[in-house]
Amino acid sequence: MAISFTVNGEKKTVEVPPVSRLLDVLREELHLTGTKEGCGEGECGSCSVMLNGELVNSCLVPALQADGATICTIEGMSAGGEMHPIQKKFLECGAAQCGICTPGMVLAAHHLLQKYPQPTMEQIREGLAGNLCRCTGYQRIFEAVAACAEPGSQTQDLGHPHPAAVTDEVGK
Amino acid sequence: MRSNVTEYEMIAPRTLEAALQTMAAQPGEYLPVAGGTEVMVMLGVGKLAAKKLISLGGLKELRFITASEGSVTIGAGTTFTDIRKSKVIAEEFPLLAMAASWTGSIANQNRGTLGGNLVNASPAADSPPALLAYDAQVEIVSARGVRTIPYCEFHKGYKKTALAADELLRCITLPRRFAGYFQRSRKVGTRNAQAISKIALALAAKMDGDRVAEIAIGGASLREMPIRCYAAESALRGQKLDAAAITSARKALEGEIAPIDDIRSTGKYRAHVVGNILEEFLRELAASEE
Repeated sequence: MAISFTVNGEKKTVEVPPVSRLLDVLREELHLTGTKEGCGEGECGSCSVMLNGELVNSCLVPALQADGATICTIEGMSAGGEMHPIQKKFLECGAAQCGICTPGMVLAAHHLLQKYPQPTMEQIREGLAGNLCRCTGYQRIFEAVAACAEPGSQTQDLGHPHPAAVTDEVGK
Repeated sequence: MRSNVTEYEMIAPRTLEAALQTMAAQPGEYLPVAGGTEVMVMLGVGKLAAKKLISLGGLKELRFITASEGSVTIGAGTTFTDIRKSKVIAEEFPLLAMAASWTGSIANQNRGTLGGNLVNASPAADSPPALLAYDAQVEIVSARGVRTIPYCEFHKGYKKTALAADELLRCITLPRRFAGYFQRSRKVGTRNAQAISKIALALAAKMDGDRVAEIAIGGASLREMPIRCYAAESALRGQKLDAAAITSARKALEGEIAPIDDIRSTGKYRAHVVGNILEEFLRELAASEE
């Protein structure tokens, strides 16, 4: 089945079975191997991508449900060979060790900072609770995300503002 | 072992009407998939028996929260993130807002839907205790028409629901009479984030002086399906919340639950802890009137 979507700003069409996992489509069809597979059941967050502006586990998205969507993967975070400011903070703070969880952590952090540009430690912990890391003990990751919100950090303007205010308008 | 994805068919009708027509033409043939947070897990571990899937994911008719004077209606395709953003739910139905925050991770809340959670019908699901305590009604649709039933009649046994093979859950309606109620809920899991509950309890109550005027209690992982704890409620309605009343409520609750031993906990632990939680809620309820 032909499925079309925009990934990291480029329009793509792939020929895959409709229940193929978006994770496999990204990795195997499009060779975007920055998105990792950990548990394959929505528990670990290694396969996190942004789907229509929302953080999702790509292992749980059937390809058909991504038809027409706009997707951002870890490869889409950097521009022109330049790391995204969140990635730079991860590097500065020593927030990566083996690196398997890092792409998902960066995307979860991106989603969090869009919702809460100045997150509390509680919001950081909740925002990253779906992303498991078996190396760092999390503290340096939390510190990196907190550093993104410090005055003067370039991560303050990430585009696509996501109003954190409560609203009753859904499904738009 | 992982499933072979080439063996599965999936269609994505553009309207609810088209989905219902497909369900009517081949009742029971298609398994509905909303956010995929359950079905895709089953697919991943090779346990998805249904070979034909019908995606409800993009249906706008199923994703809404509307408030009228007397009630709030939530479309079955509303995500837990949508629920957490709703002002009216946060203000008047905090037990549901809390349950939404317990459901998986942020990524899962962005995809998982209230309707999916109910239709999947796990006895451990997070949203049922709140909906039971709030006297929710559910609207069920098919090509044959529409019917509304109390949510407390929706679950029929372990992973069994009142839905016929050609029916879909359309929406859940909550009466807006709980704003001034004492409301408490608690989930006991292995860790705070995205654990499946060992047990959960939700309670909404109103006092008349020092007596319990109204009380509704919903629970998860206490039986083979989510339950309203009617015996405990009966033991409390009209009573003063003294030590004797609390003891008899615990006893009544113990008599209406049948928690099991499984990978997450033991029946003995569950029975004891849910009694402790009920007792704690009742002590707080009593204190709220002093």
